[in-house]
This record gives sequence, structure tokens and C-alpha cells, in this order.
Amino acid sequence: MSFFLHLLVNGLSLGFLYALSALGFVMIYKSSSVLNFAHGELMAAGAFLFLVLTTWAELPIALAFILTLAGCFLLGFVIERLFLRPLIGEDLIQVIMLTVGMAAMFKGLLLFIFGGDIHQYPSFLPEALNLHLGIIQIPSVYVATFIIGILFLVMFGFFFKYSSQGIYMRSVADNQPAAMSLGVHVRRVFALSWAIAAMVAAMSGIVLGIINGINVHELSSIGLKVFPVVILGGLDSIGGAILAGVIIGLLETFTGGYISTSLREIIPYVVLVVILMVKPYGLFGLKEIERV
Amino acid sequence: MRKRHYHLCGNYKESYEEELAIFETDFGRTWLLIGMFVLLVVIPLTGSEYTLYILNTIGIYAIAAIGLNLLIGFTGQISMGHGAFFGVGAYAAAVMTTRMGLPLLVALPMAGVFTAVVGMLFGIPSLRLKHLYLTIATLAGQFIIEYILVQWEGVTGGAEGIMVSNASIFGIELDSDRAFYFLIFISLIVLTWVMVNLIRTRFGRALVAIRDNDRAAEGMGIPIFKYKLLAFGISSFYAGFAGALFAFYMMTITPEPFNMWLSIEFIAMIIIGGLGSVSGAIFGTIFIVSLSEVLSMITEFLMNYGPAASVSITIAPLREFIFGLSIVLFIIFEPKGLAEIWRIVRSNFRLWPFSY
Repeated sequence: MSFFLHLLVNGLSLGFLYALSALGFVMIYKSSSVLNFAHGELMAAGAFLFLVLTTWAELPIALAFILTLAGCFLLGFVIERLFLRPLIGEDLIQVIMLTVGMAAMFKGLLLFIFGGDIHQYPSFLPEALNLHLGIIQIPSVYVATFIIGILFLVMFGFFFKYSSQGIYMRSVADNQPAAMSLGVHVRRVFALSWAIAAMVAAMSGIVLGIINGINVHELSSIGLKVFPVVILGGLDSIGGAILAGVIIGLLETFTGGYISTSLREIIPYVVLVVILMVKPYGLFGLKEIERV
Repeated sequence: MRKRHYHLCGNYKESYEEELAIFETDFGRTWLLIGMFVLLVVIPLTGSEYTLYILNTIGIYAIAAIGLNLLIGFTGQISMGHGAFFGVGAYAAAVMTTRMGLPLLVALPMAGVFTAVVGMLFGIPSLRLKHLYLTIATLAGQFIIEYILVQWEGVTGGAEGIMVSNASIFGIELDSDRAFYFLIFISLIVLTWVMVNLIRTRFGRALVAIRDNDRAAEGMGIPIFKYKLLAFGISSFYAGFAGALFAFYMMTITPEPFNMWLSIEFIAMIIIGGLGSVSGAIFGTIFIVSLSEVLSMITEFLMNYGPAASVSITIAPLREFIFGLSIVLFIIFEPKGLAEIWRIVRSNFRLWPFSY
């Protein structure tokens, strides 16, 4: 029983992490239909920026966190401007390979600067967050993640619902030509969605860094884990991404706990293929109606 | 004697036969003969073992890249599992020769056929999935095959891999790069010939119709699922054949090289070369293999060069950076690839002095 509860808690928190990293991914896809293979590297970039600001520059944690988010916001902006802007209107495969190339560039650069070792943040989370619920214990990192995650989700919810930029972004996602003809600055929306996505990626990178230590290889492989999550949820659904994140997280921990640890890495993909055969646009994805 | 064809300064084709012709002019035919002579006589007689090793690597990857080009460039189905199919071919060939004792000439095509069956199995999702969803489904296939290669120890030998030893044709031992050179390049020439002619047929045109708009293609009476599956099958056959050659050439195979990165390299080859062009796939392979060879030569040089030896380990990741950078630059500045550059150069000569 306690083993089951332990796995349940682990699975839920892992799933929440996946959902968090999938969030930025879905945002890019929703507004600009770009499948971002460099998401893991963006997470790594954020995590390392935070590392530099906390350990090397020794800034206070809150300030470092805000500066990291701002830095990654800028990074996303620059990426869109330099790499994605020239490709508007190109084939899908070109855009995919561009992000793959970008991923290799970032990974090489980060490995060059920081090496392949595991780095650690100084511990800064208050002990009070360490929850004891009866027999199970939830580490403070997970609690903090949960709080930050909920905070961001609510903030984004309000942003998309009420702010003018958020409404522009939704309109572009819904129908790009119509939005353009109504005077929405579509290119600015693309840039903004990349900036926000890089920011969210940085946040999930930091959280993962606190839990597992910061390592370029580790973070970029988690970037690939995002794919089953977003496809399962349906590429353009934020709610679907959260649910699918939790499903995949639970699946992984339960397979790892009860069946075998080596199967754990592969089970999300198997489930993904099976579900896609039944529901080709994921659980909540928008069905594309095609006309010849 | 029939009329000789020379380059014309415009498009004066009057029939579909002229449009479909492989050689527009007699120059092309002559150059091809000269090229074949250089490839099969001059290079193997004069090239050093190292040159032949590089060329062999290019030849093996080019076969797989040509196959992938049929799937991505002509049918428009993006597959990220080609590296795994390459691995399936390698393992199939290794198991067939070591466990079943089949000779090389049987094992090569059999490995291709086996991989084609596996490829069609993983092509089944293309019945319902499109675009990005299909891409990710094939990525899932890549990870699942990788897992099977590592875990199914009874057949694949797990992480230890399999030793392949008896590479011989009719009693002739293939024990040098030079001997393999002939095997690899004759295979490449035959398979290129098949591919060039395949895409000129009804079948090839059907695939292009599916790429451009599959609903419209279905409306015109093309059974799209059958054709998509066939495209998956043929492209996997090429990958499996190349993988089998790789297994015989490398002698030992482990699951290590057949990872997602290999799939990405194959896609990079056909994108840099030019999608939807057989010669482009070969150009792209030459570019990618030479690039990684030059990069590893530079790293090696720095490692042996006294003052730089200490920093060389930190420089190694820059290889990946340069690799990524070259992909990015190609896609931004010449999305149609090397084949397009080659076409522009040729038409510049043809239209000189009025080229633009």
C-alpha cells in the first residue's frame, strides 16, 4: 500500500513536470505550428543561466529567478528573429530540421561552456515545504514545483483570456489569415510566443535542475519526452498537455515500479502509438478538416 | 546515325517522353560513362585505404539516404525512424550469416526484405496519421526498435552486439576496403538506377500526387494507403540493404550507432542535398560524411598538437555545434539544397553569356 502511494505521488509529480515542460511547447505550436525539437536545450539554457546567476554571480534567489526568466524571454525573441522568421511559409520538414539543428547548436555550446558533468544548485527551499501526509512524504521540491506550476498556469490562463496580446495570440492560433486581415501583427505574435515558451522552458529547466541536478544530456533527453506528452494530449491543447503529462508520468513510475525499469523509458511511446491509432489527433487535439 | 542532342537555351520539350528522359542531352550520357569509369576503375586503383574508407562510408549512407528521399522527398511522409531501420537491416544480416549460415549475396537482399516488412509495420500508422503526428509516431518506432535491439539479448546479443566474420562472395574473401568498395558501389549504382527509373513510372507519379495533396490523389483513384505502405517498404528496403552492408563492412555491430541521431543525420543529408532529387541525396551524403570527417580530423589534430592538447577535450562539443550550424545555415539560405546549387551552376554555363 505504501509502495503504491509512493509511486502515485512520484508519478503525479513527474507528470506535473512533464506537463510544465509541455506547456511552452504547446504554446509555440499553437501560435506558429512549429514543432520545436530544441525544447530540451531551451530548458537547459534556462537552468544553466540560473546556475550562473546563483553560484557565480551569487545573486539572491528571487532576483536570479526573475533575471533568468527575463534572459530567456529575450533568448526566445532572438531565436524567433534569427532562425524562424526566414522560414515562414516553408515546408514542415524544413522547420523541423531547423529546430533539430538549433538543438545541436545549443547542446554543443552548453557542453563547451559547462561540460557534461552534473551541477548542483545551492539548496534554498525552506524546510517548511517538506510535507508529511500520514505515511507518505512529499519532498519540498515537488511542493514548490506544484505551487509555482499552478501559479504560472493561472497567470497564463488570465493572460490568454483577458490581455490584448493574449487575445491576439489566440486569434492567430485559431485562424492566421483572418487574424492578419483584422490587423493583428502576426509576426509579433510569433516572436512573443517563442519568448514566452522559452521563459516557461527555463522555469521547468530550473525545477528539473533542482530535482535531478543540472546536466545537459539529461535535460535534452527530457526535451524528447515532451513529444509523447504533447501528441497524446493533442498538439494544440494546453489542458490536454497537462492531463497527458500526468498520464505519462503515472505510466512511467508504475511500469518502473511494478514491471521493469528498462521498460519504463519505452512505455510512453508504445502507449502513444496505440492511442494514436484510435484517436489520430490525440486526446484533445483539434481535428483538421481538409478540403481538396 | 541518329541526331545528337545538345543543350538548348530554353524549354523546347514537345512530348511527355522528352520530359521524362533521364538524359536531356548526349553530354549527360557521356559524362555518366566517364564518371563510371573514374568511379570503378581509376579510384580503386589509385586511392589510398583511407580515401576508400571514406568513400565506402559515403556509399553505404548514400543508399539509405536515397531510400529515405523516396519517403520524405517524394511521398511527403516524414519518418524519424530511418536510423533504426538501418540498424534492423544490420542486425538481420548479422543474424542471417552467423546463426543461419547464409552467404553474403543472399543475406544482403534478405536483410533488405526483412527491413521492408518491419518498415511497413511501422508505416501502418500512416493510414490515419498525418504530418506531425506521423512524424512523432515514427520517432516512437525509432525508440521501440532501439529498445528491442538492446533488450532482446537472445537474438541481438544485447549491448555486446554481434561479430560478423565471413564476408565472402563465391569464395573470394572481402577483407580489404578495396574489395568492399566494389561491392558497395556496384550496389549503389544498381539501386540508384532502380530508384531513378521507379520515380518515372506510374508508381512514382502516384507518390508525388500523394505528397502534394493526398485527398486529391485519393479522389483521382490512387489507393493512398497501399502506396504509402509501399513507399515505407521500399525506403526501408534501401535502409536495410545499406545497414546490411554496414554490418559486413564494420564486422562488429552494437545497438549504439543506430540511435535517433543517425535518423536525424539521414534527414539532414537529404535536406542539405535537396528534397525530391536522387542526385541531391548523394550530394547531401557526401557533404555530411565529409563534414563529420573533417571535424573529427581537426579534433584529432588538436589533441595531438602539444599546446592545444589540454583544451581539445573541451573543444569536442563544438563539433556538434558546427554540425547544427551547417544544417541551420543551409535551411535558411538554400532550402532546396545542393541539388539546386548544382542546377544553377549548370544553367549558368548553359545560358552563358546571357545567364542571370
